[in-house]
Amino acid sequence: MRFLGFLTRRIVGIAAVMVGVSIITFAISHVIPADPVAAALGDHATDQQIAAFRAEYQLDRPLPEQYLTYVVGLVHGDLGRSIRTRRPVADDLFDSFPATIELSLAALVVAILVGIPAGVWSAISRGRLPDHLVRVGSLIGGSIPVFWLGLIVIGLFYYQLGWFPGGARIDNFVTPPPSRTGLFVVDSLLAGDLVALRSSLLHLVLPAVTLGYFSTAVIARMTRSSMLEVLGQDYMRTARAKGLQERLVILRHGLRNALIPTVTIIGLTFGSLLSGAVLTETIFSWPGLGRYATAAAVALDFPAVLGVTLLAAIVYPLANLVVDIAYFWLDPRTQRG
Amino acid sequence: MASTVALPVRGLRLVARAPILANPLNVAAIALIATFAACAALAPVIAPYDPLAQELSSRLRPPSPEHWLGTDSLGRDIASRILYGARISLVIGVVVVASAGAFGTIVGLIAGYAGGLVDEALMRITEVFLAFPALILAMAIAGALGPSLTNAIIAIAAVTWAVYARLVRGQILSLRRREFVEAARAMGASRVRILFRHLLPNALAPIMVQASFDMGSSIIAAAGLSFIGFGAQPPTPEWGVMISEGRNYINTQPWLSLFPGLAILLAVGSFNLLGDGLRDAFDPRLSRGN
Repeated sequence: MRFLGFLTRRIVGIAAVMVGVSIITFAISHVIPADPVAAALGDHATDQQIAAFRAEYQLDRPLPEQYLTYVVGLVHGDLGRSIRTRRPVADDLFDSFPATIELSLAALVVAILVGIPAGVWSAISRGRLPDHLVRVGSLIGGSIPVFWLGLIVIGLFYYQLGWFPGGARIDNFVTPPPSRTGLFVVDSLLAGDLVALRSSLLHLVLPAVTLGYFSTAVIARMTRSSMLEVLGQDYMRTARAKGLQERLVILRHGLRNALIPTVTIIGLTFGSLLSGAVLTETIFSWPGLGRYATAAAVALDFPAVLGVTLLAAIVYPLANLVVDIAYFWLDPRTQRG
Repeated sequence: MASTVALPVRGLRLVARAPILANPLNVAAIALIATFAACAALAPVIAPYDPLAQELSSRLRPPSPEHWLGTDSLGRDIASRILYGARISLVIGVVVVASAGAFGTIVGLIAGYAGGLVDEALMRITEVFLAFPALILAMAIAGALGPSLTNAIIAIAAVTWAVYARLVRGQILSLRRREFVEAARAMGASRVRILFRHLLPNALAPIMVQASFDMGSSIIAAAGLSFIGFGAQPPTPEWGVMISEGRNYINTQPWLSLFPGLAILLAVGSFNLLGDGLRDAFDPRLSRGN
């Protein structure tokens, strides 16, 4: 029951935020541009198109009425039509979303697999070389521009060393797996297609490492901090006094407790992953939302840019909700209210 | 614990609990930022070439005594462009942090002090802005306003203020029932006086820490927007524009993108390092174990 109450409160909160999000995207599309018609249709629209657009979106009506029309459209999945692709923006987003999800999840996996052990390693060797290395690595990770890092890893690992592909989701000569989830790695596994699996995994490495570096740094710092705090607790001393091996003390008693704040941080980094994906996808020709948004921007395809903005603003709070639910189960204190 | 050091800000109860300059990392960060600021201020004096001057006969030259960091595809001197780029990046950081910080602080002060419905409404608005991934919202705003450096700065400031609002509100909530505020109220101090004379100075430490981090993040955000065409436009010697211009030469002439990227890394890294140091000095509990 307590969980249902918590979930209801969070969902109501998200709904309230979504109303705010719709007001802001409405303002960006209808209020900020001096001429919303030009912003939506581009400079080369014919008089007929302009008249049709004005009628369709009731641009001659008062702003509150326009907003209502806008929201009714949103609720029906109407995000307008892309000027560049000439398709409904919602369809374009539906097609490019899985690629972004696959890249973001892969980056998150990299961040977790590297960040947590690095944080633990740094904490247990406090003040020594491994600690300094991890802290310098974290500082660089928090300061490096993701688009520059992408260029550098392409230059090094694709052009110079030839270890990994430098762009796209799969080799040209490999047939993509039949789409079930839209995630190539998962779909290849489901289809039992090892060639496609290998190709899609190899293509994921550089963009996922590039995108995941920032989150890796954040997770390593947080794990280090919380691990250092946990290491000084009485129950750690008790575990050692019981004669447990140091490795077990660290992993079973230390890490388990230190991970709780790290889970929150993982949720918070999801927003930065989405922002970073815009730039990473542009560098790696990754056909996801970010590349779609950038291509749209270059073509002054405003409805498409706005569609990506709206979708990102929906995904971020939802990702945080998932993390909150995980947190609820992980930390018994939250269940006691 | 180290001795208490009061920062030289007159009339402010801004107290560092550890000497800021006792930490060599803070000294290094301040030295780097000073160098960065000096490059920005003295660019016209120390830059060996005009950052916009094209010399096609010496295009794509590697680093050499004539051109320390090489030349780009139009024969422009990369070192000179980076030095002038420091001016742009510094202005971006200062303008974003000053405007977003001031606006967010005022919103946070009002929300925290007024409480009730005002607080509820302001915090819901703040939450909405925090729901957007910053770069994507900045892209949409910059797209609506039109691509330019000024519009990129407006867009970044528009997505940055909310953090300050939440931060300051939290500080005010924890301060407003403290004795010194009650005392000021009992002495008949006006609301504005209590807000700006008593509450704000005590909330300044976390604002300064956040501002240091945001100097760095706004420099990266502006470079990112410029990189994808939403910020500064060529031929402006902005670091993001320079990386973008060098993109097609990453295999053959990597210095075109390498050096502007290193400049960003150094500038942002020094502000982040300072942010860490300030946080440790103001509240050692926040930096558990650092």
